[in-house]
Amino acid sequence: MRSAELTKRNFKEVWRDPLSLGLTIGLPVLMLVVLQALGDVDGFFTPTSLAPGVAIFGFVMLMFSAAMSLSRDRESSLFSRLLTAPLKPNEFATGYSLPYLPVAIIQGVLIFAIGALFGLEISGSVALVVLILLLMAVLFIALGMITGALFTLKQVPFVYMVILLLAIFGGAWVDIEAIGGAFKSVGDWFPFAHALDAARDVMIDGAGFGDIATDLYWVVGYTAVIAGFAVLAFRRRMLE
Amino acid sequence: MNPVPVAGPAIEAFALSRMYGDFAAVDGIDLSVARGELFALLGPNGAGKTTTIKMLCCLLRPTSGTATIMGHDIRNDPLAVKSVIALSPQETAIAEHLTAWENLSLMAGVHGIDKEQARRRSGELLEMMGLADRAKERVKKYSGGMKRRLSIAMALVSDPQVLFLDEPTLGLDPQSRRAIWAYIEELKGDTTILLTTHYLEEADALADRIEIIDEAKIVALGTAAELKSSISSGHVTVVEAQNLTEDAINALREIYHEVRATADGVEIEADGVSLYDIEDVLRPRGVVVRSTYQKQVTLDDVFLELTGKQLRE
Repeated sequence: MRSAELTKRNFKEVWRDPLSLGLTIGLPVLMLVVLQALGDVDGFFTPTSLAPGVAIFGFVMLMFSAAMSLSRDRESSLFSRLLTAPLKPNEFATGYSLPYLPVAIIQGVLIFAIGALFGLEISGSVALVVLILLLMAVLFIALGMITGALFTLKQVPFVYMVILLLAIFGGAWVDIEAIGGAFKSVGDWFPFAHALDAARDVMIDGAGFGDIATDLYWVVGYTAVIAGFAVLAFRRRMLE
Repeated sequence: MNPVPVAGPAIEAFALSRMYGDFAAVDGIDLSVARGELFALLGPNGAGKTTTIKMLCCLLRPTSGTATIMGHDIRNDPLAVKSVIALSPQETAIAEHLTAWENLSLMAGVHGIDKEQARRRSGELLEMMGLADRAKERVKKYSGGMKRRLSIAMALVSDPQVLFLDEPTLGLDPQSRRAIWAYIEELKGDTTILLTTHYLEEADALADRIEIIDEAKIVALGTAAELKSSISSGHVTVVEAQNLTEDAINALREIYHEVRATADGVEIEADGVSLYDIEDVLRPRGVVVRSTYQKQVTLDDVFLELTGKQLRE
């Protein structure tokens, strides 16, 4: 279990950096509370429709902080030293990715717990919602790995902005059906709208696996492909 | 993983080259380092030492040529190479948010060393590097020298068969430098060590053999003694004198073939120089001889002779 030590180290690096951890977890929670307060005024935002979108926004934040810390690590000579260890690209990729999964889980749990305080309800299967969110978490962490492995510390924020806009206009945040037209057809090609639709269908309408299967396949497919690219990005970095 | 050959050199490089566009960072370097040997690559900054090490550690792809480490080819079997080596990079390479103890466990862990052995080795190394009493502190708070010592210890914790030390004592205080030299001396014989340095004393004091590298190419190879004798046929006598005239120097040249004028006297390169003869030539010409002594040829002289440059900045 050579990659376990690497996971452990990166885990400690994440948890011993309270500022970025606080921002990553705190911002989406703050966002939920603020929007919820706004929603109370005109009744537009309900916690049930808000929570999945805010959770995905949280994962985009997580992607950013993962990309920044990997990119920063790459500039250090510790990274070259680690690369002289007999680890394979997939072991490096998991060693750097896994520490972010608990952060994603904490984000999700917090957002749903606070949502519950405001009256969030899940009429369908909780397990399905967890599955969708976990897949999205892995997808964004893998995007963070690709970004951190291929871009410099100065470039990462730009890549993050692109992915954030892509996620927003791809339907991770607003319901693209409501906007319609070009947005709808573009959004359909990305996994964000599929994940959000599926989560909302389960939570609001109590949809089962069969109802959201197509959406789920989109998300699974994207997650698998992006994770594969993350391993390739590490391989690219191992031998310059 | 291919089986490990039991004999043969620990490190062997064949016309190893790395180009960056038209610029050759390393230009056709050959190396053969015996098992257990301490081999030094000596050269100024930018000569190609670090690039060579990075290729040997499978971090950088050679543009042409190849090398083997304990019989494993760096191009075809990088995992096998990585399982027998450790690298101490030129810059301090530590995880800032971890303690010294955790840094050592990390390197032991990624090299697959079992926990018990890792604990024992880490304890020894922390003791040796004078970090034992602050081992459980996050290294962020360490002084530069302490970080540097930890960084070297991290290369030793996995007990590598082949150890690459890239400028190991760069920026260290003399005391820490001596401690590290002493430890390197101890490793000699069991561990094959490739050391790069631009400190002449370091190469002179530690290395079994030295390869001098300049502008991406090898310019000389041998033991320190061989290299020194290669540039001077015999002994050099330094004469410091006042009122030295051109006439007096020419008179010396009639006795000795190699006489060089220096800022405050002459240097005579010849065997069996007689101080009486020198006095006899110089005194009648009004020259006052202040002192005479035998000069030791240093690696600096070797370097100057071979490359036309001073190694020290």
